[in-house]
Amino acid sequence: MTDRPVVAIVVFPGSNDDHDAAWALGAVGAEPELVWHQESELPPETAAVVLPGGFSYGDYLRTGAIASLAPVMGAVAAFAARGGPVLGICNGFQILCEARLLPGVLRPNKQLEFVCRDATVRVENADSLFLRRCTPEQELVIPVKHGDGAWYADEGTFVQLAARGQIVLRYTEDVNGSLGNVAGVVNEAGNVMGLMPHPEHAVDPLLGSADGGLLLAALVDAASVHTAPTAA
Amino acid sequence: MLVRPKAGILDPQGDAVRQSLRKLGFDVSSARVGRVVDLDVDADGADDARAQIERMCDELLANPLIESFEIRLEE
Repeated sequence: MTDRPVVAIVVFPGSNDDHDAAWALGAVGAEPELVWHQESELPPETAAVVLPGGFSYGDYLRTGAIASLAPVMGAVAAFAARGGPVLGICNGFQILCEARLLPGVLRPNKQLEFVCRDATVRVENADSLFLRRCTPEQELVIPVKHGDGAWYADEGTFVQLAARGQIVLRYTEDVNGSLGNVAGVVNEAGNVMGLMPHPEHAVDPLLGSADGGLLLAALVDAASVHTAPTAA
Repeated sequence: MLVRPKAGILDPQGDAVRQSLRKLGFDVSSARVGRVVDLDVDADGADDARAQIERMCDELLANPLIESFEIRLEE
């Protein structure tokens, strides 16, 4: 046992950023633990959950749709309902939307091209659990790499989310046709976040940017204060 | 069952198909690309089959935020 908070990283068939996420979370003070999607429980000491990027189930049907029904997702939903911090990155964001743990849905990029480059995102809500290490309106450079990154919700939902501060990150330009240039959202309680950019690829200046580290370190902060629930 | 992008939802795939059809000389003003799922279902009659497939659509086969669906039954 270490005093580092355990961050469970769920591995689906087709996840490909699970090890990057583990490395990056380790670099910002977490104890990463990979968890196979067929597990029905998270490790009892889990203090935060990350759903990593990739192409779970080959993006069959709709991105994230099949993974959202994986056995482990029941445990993730229960963990989130107890207030545990949950972060979905790229495919993880798609899965959280399909699991209805986050509002909206990710659709094919407007330009029908896979985008793979650094993107600049603006912090819209620095009070958010995951952005507390950022300053209001801070601009972060974090890479994106996705084909289905256009976030969409109906207008009523969008207006409501914006009013409640649930739109936490926006691109500074139109990257993929995302409604309102939305790059990241949180649930109403604020403990579940999804974003399309990859903070785990931006944790060291040698990688071109360390801005993603701010987000992951905030997740670790949240994990440290989240009381690890005892296994039911 | 058929899944379609809901009316008013931008369908970039359909738009790419429309543009390609126009390049071939077809006068197409709109194309929308959906999905067909053929299902074999054991059911007690048509109403039961329809009810089962509606539940499948709600739970997995269609995302109601962006997609509509239509069910066609054959004996």
